Amino acid sequence: MLTLTCPIETRWHPVPAGAKLIGLAAATLLVVALRTPLAVSAGLVVAALVYLAEGVGFARHGLRMLRPLWPFVAVLAIWHGVTGALADGVVIGARMLTAVALANLVTMTTRLDDMIAVVERAAQPLARLGLAPRTLAVAIALMVRFTPVLFEKYGRLGDAWKARCARRANWRLVLPGLLVALDDADHVAEALRARGGL
Amino acid sequence: MERNVSHIALFAALIAVLGLVPKIDLMSGVPITAQTLGIMLAGTVLGARRGALAVLLFLLLAALGLPILSGGRGGLGAFMGPSVGFLVGFPVAAFIAGLIVERWRVSIGIAALAGSLIGGIVVLYAFGIPGMALILGKTLPEAALLATPFLPGDLLKAVLAALITRGVMVVRPAALMSRP
Repeated sequence: MLTLTCPIETRWHPVPAGAKLIGLAAATLLVVALRTPLAVSAGLVVAALVYLAEGVGFARHGLRMLRPLWPFVAVLAIWHGVTGALADGVVIGARMLTAVALANLVTMTTRLDDMIAVVERAAQPLARLGLAPRTLAVAIALMVRFTPVLFEKYGRLGDAWKARCARRANWRLVLPGLLVALDDADHVAEALRARGGL
Repeated sequence: MERNVSHIALFAALIAVLGLVPKIDLMSGVPITAQTLGIMLAGTVLGARRGALAVLLFLLLAALGLPILSGGRGGLGAFMGPSVGFLVGFPVAAFIAGLIVERWRVSIGIAALAGSLIGGIVVLYAFGIPGMALILGKTLPEAALLATPFLPGDLLKAVLAALITRGVMVVRPAALMSRP
């Protein structure tokens, strides 16, 4: 399955995932602490420059990753336009964009495998609470593997529906899709047990 | 043990698929994805603990960089945006929905409807609205106002979750782990 990692190599790609996550946490705390319109705008400009330093293509990719935020930016603009507290709106909007952009930067420059490795290392103390590292690893691997599998099977259910009916399937596919997932889960459980269990 | 892990993982995958494929069109023409339907079903079908763990696994992989949140979003940025409260509330919502189905021994359809309404709407909004208020710098009533457009869709999804859970009970009673 496609991940959100950006194929354009940047100077951030070789940095270890753990270091990037710690850096992101620090940067986010800093961004959230910004209060004045000037400081927040400066933060947004810095974030934009960090993206642009990796080239226009990368920056454009980063801008696409911010797309889900535009409706909220629009809501903020209208809201603060009506109430007249525009400076507050700028602070809130720019702070949100900066925080999300910085977080996206880590996601875009870190491979999924490296992220999973960090999580598995960080989760090791959980073994004492009964979550064995191997169990977590198996669960993550199963989820990553079966998302495209279920996606395809769901698509096939949709095709079968379209072949028989002109109306749209909408929610009527959810129950058969759910049954496919539950049956697959039973088969996987049997297969795991047959291979020595967890 | 194997059965628990495989059901948690497969359900996490199903929640991801539901966020990507079937667009349900509301009468207003606003397309809504079935992702929160998946959250409700995780609780009502798998039960409280397994349901919440399935949702946690789904969120973990979304945070790590799979584009599986509704509309193909994902990554750490999604957890910095205005919907962070809803994301945090997802596992709690599934847990409460599952708890109600497990403990309230009425017919499965009614229990699942109550679980979906209370878990998937009341509890979820109790997390989601403060999250929006925090990120967008609004008061709680103002944030609640911003969240109301999603309410009709979520009510519809709670009804669907109840119907689908009852469907599982009818065609595959052994698979309904919330009612062993």
